[in-house]
Amino acid sequence: MNPQQQALSLWPSAASAAATSADHLIWSFTALTLVLVVPIFLGIAWFALRYRDGKTANRRLRHGHDRMIELGWMIIPFVLTLIFFVWGMRLFVDQKLPPANAMRIEAIGRQWMWKFEHPGGQAEINDLHVPAGQPVLINMISQDVIHGLYVPALRIQMETLPGRYTQLWFNADRVGTYRLLCSEFCGTDHSTMVGLLYVMTPADYAAWLARSHHGERIVSAGRRLFASYGCAGCHDGGTVAAPALAGLYGQVAANGAYVDDTYLRSAILDPDSTRVPGQPAVMPPFKGVVSEDDLFRLIAYIKSLDPAAEASR
Amino acid sequence: MSTSERAFRDPAPAPATIGRPPDYLHESHTLRSWFLTTDHKRIALLYLAAITAFFVVGAIAAGLIRLSLVVPNGEIFTNDTYNKIFTVHGVVMVWFFLIPSIPATFGNFLIPLMIGARDLAFPRLNLLSWYIFVGGALFTLADLIIGGVDTGWTFYAPFSTTFSNTYVIPALIGVIIVGFSSILTGLNFVVTIHAMRAPGMTWFRMPIFVWTHYATSLIFLLATPVITIALILLLMERAFGIGVFDPALGGDPVLFEHLFWFYSHPAVYIMVLPGMGVISEIVPAFAQKRIFGYRFIAYATIGLASITFVVWGHHMFVNGIGTGAAVVFSVLSFAVAVPSAVKVYNWTATIYKGRIRLQTPMLYAMGYIGLFVLGGLTGLFLATLAIDEHVHGTYFVVAHFHYIMVGGTMLAFLGGLHFWWPKFTGRLYPEAWGRISAFLIFIGFNVTFFPQFLLGYLGMPRRYHDYPPEFQLLNILSSAGATILAAGYLFPMVYLIWSLWFGERASANPWGARGLEWTTPSPPPAHNFARQPIVDFEPYAYPDPPADDDGAAHVG
Repeated sequence: MNPQQQALSLWPSAASAAATSADHLIWSFTALTLVLVVPIFLGIAWFALRYRDGKTANRRLRHGHDRMIELGWMIIPFVLTLIFFVWGMRLFVDQKLPPANAMRIEAIGRQWMWKFEHPGGQAEINDLHVPAGQPVLINMISQDVIHGLYVPALRIQMETLPGRYTQLWFNADRVGTYRLLCSEFCGTDHSTMVGLLYVMTPADYAAWLARSHHGERIVSAGRRLFASYGCAGCHDGGTVAAPALAGLYGQVAANGAYVDDTYLRSAILDPDSTRVPGQPAVMPPFKGVVSEDDLFRLIAYIKSLDPAAEASR
Repeated sequence: MSTSERAFRDPAPAPATIGRPPDYLHESHTLRSWFLTTDHKRIALLYLAAITAFFVVGAIAAGLIRLSLVVPNGEIFTNDTYNKIFTVHGVVMVWFFLIPSIPATFGNFLIPLMIGARDLAFPRLNLLSWYIFVGGALFTLADLIIGGVDTGWTFYAPFSTTFSNTYVIPALIGVIIVGFSSILTGLNFVVTIHAMRAPGMTWFRMPIFVWTHYATSLIFLLATPVITIALILLLMERAFGIGVFDPALGGDPVLFEHLFWFYSHPAVYIMVLPGMGVISEIVPAFAQKRIFGYRFIAYATIGLASITFVVWGHHMFVNGIGTGAAVVFSVLSFAVAVPSAVKVYNWTATIYKGRIRLQTPMLYAMGYIGLFVLGGLTGLFLATLAIDEHVHGTYFVVAHFHYIMVGGTMLAFLGGLHFWWPKFTGRLYPEAWGRISAFLIFIGFNVTFFPQFLLGYLGMPRRYHDYPPEFQLLNILSSAGATILAAGYLFPMVYLIWSLWFGERASANPWGARGLEWTTPSPPPAHNFARQPIVDFEPYAYPDPPADDDGAAHVG
């Protein structure tokens, strides 16, 4: 179904089981909202008519239970809504834990386009092709201002920040074409920073990969850059006691920080920011030298290093 | 029955003009006597004129936005023009209309009258606040004239500091300056409420209107300096390249989001709480019944003003914030439902078994309750993590906060304007026109903004000029509603001004309301009260209905 062919839709299509779960949550919360507001609306309208000035009505008030009444309407609606806090939290937390077998796609946002790169090096602009039923992790960063990657059919979005990686994962299991949008205002052509998400059968996806132009796999490009920027000269042995990089990812570094993508990025661009105090400042900063595209390739390579293989070398 | 209570029951008819001290409007007539006045009532009217002018600017921008969105391809304005229009709408409506709207006008006028004081604690500071407000606003107007700004009212960095090619600096200066006006007004109110209550006016004899303004003033004092600092840092980064927020300069853009929302979430309560105060005055007056749960409402006011400082993170659920932080901000945001529910249910209970008169202020108040409830509950949708992940940054958010700010603050403002219009001007507005405009606004508002909830679910991001065609029908519906809403706003502007000369003269207490402001003539004399009021009665001292109530009309 092409999203552009509808004149009016009242509910977005769902491309994943998680999107359907989010819809169940939204509909249930809407039902509770009706339960809470309809009595108020009807009550106000009924009271206004029943007790209108000049009408005969029993206006005698009974006092005595006021405190119980107050406590009742403080606590009961709150507890009912808390059900939805817990429900929404569980879906959200699931959304933060990508499965280990997720396929990783690198995304870069810039004014005003999206660039996606598949593990095999296939790159595309604005559109994104993914296989159905395969968890996909998008690791994204912005080259300039804050953007937001939003796929309404998946019911998820994530801001794309400059200087820091953010991540989003999904498992789109319904083949189709869906909109992909920028959800954070980013300047002149913000509203044209849009594309399509193609959820394809695995066979179609494989065929798409095969016919798409690509250079090298991300990891092998990273290995090449690791040599060409001169990283290998110190970090692969050599005379300087540079830290070994194999197995570093996901560990706690010597300076006490957790090593993730953003940490490695900072360490490359501005080594001073991650240097252990007292260590000599040997490594030059690569800020302004390495592009965002090369950064995710370098990081992918560093993450791919196997400590066991390094040790046996 | 004490003297002051008798004054309530049987307001003295306004004495003949001759021999009566001139009221504050007629005490002097020179421009100088207006522009250098230290009378809180005149300053309130100066604010009313200023914010009405800004409302018109913001409303024209809103009209242009709705005009543009009638077509999906963004053919009416260029992208940059559209971005400037919604920025003007946001900046002007938030900082130059909504935030000062009720506190600076009604609060200024009514707080001294309600607590039995002659003026605010610092009358000259009060005048200074107005000049600071207008001065800051002029920077913003100048910005519009020289070319505009396109950052959105949120000024997110690094777009605002490094990438925008528009006049960000004058807009920032304008907002920074206006912040000082807020701070001074808040300070003035806090000191006045602490120090200048009439003998016998204990804290729990104060009208809820005063409680809500006390809470609002605390937010002015505690939150406004944070946005001032944040915007100054923004200014330094933009003007001098001092890196605070732009990662290219060594800064952190998420830090700006934190600082911005640490103020801008409480700012929502700067807009909402005074409106709640207005509704808490109107509902008992038009139900002729003591407000239900007075103390609970007063505590809920302070509760809201406190919780609002710990929920800013709910604006940041999708910016990579830690999962634990997101969960904590989510549950704290749900807690806002408790004091909000207290207010709504207590107003409803006040209407129960009252003696209801459906005049214009009451129509606005009832509309307010309905729209505030919907706006509040959709706020809980946004506080729900998994829902926010979908509708964050979409028209669902736009609809939600317009239900709170237009459905809430604007309806309360108009309700209060009609309610106290006789007190401000000594004239009654034409009732039939008032009711018509209240209905138009309620209907126009819902037709405008309800479709936007659906657009948000469908995934239409806000600030989109050029949108996918499947959203067009709902956008046309929304724009059609905006024309009804515009008519609803135009009517009061015309008939209220008309009433200044041709409206029926108002008595001291045309609604049979309780509260010290209704014991002094309409309009009040410059010094507010002929004698120092002494308070020996409870707030909202409407009589209980007699046991054998037959429904015959009782004049309050």
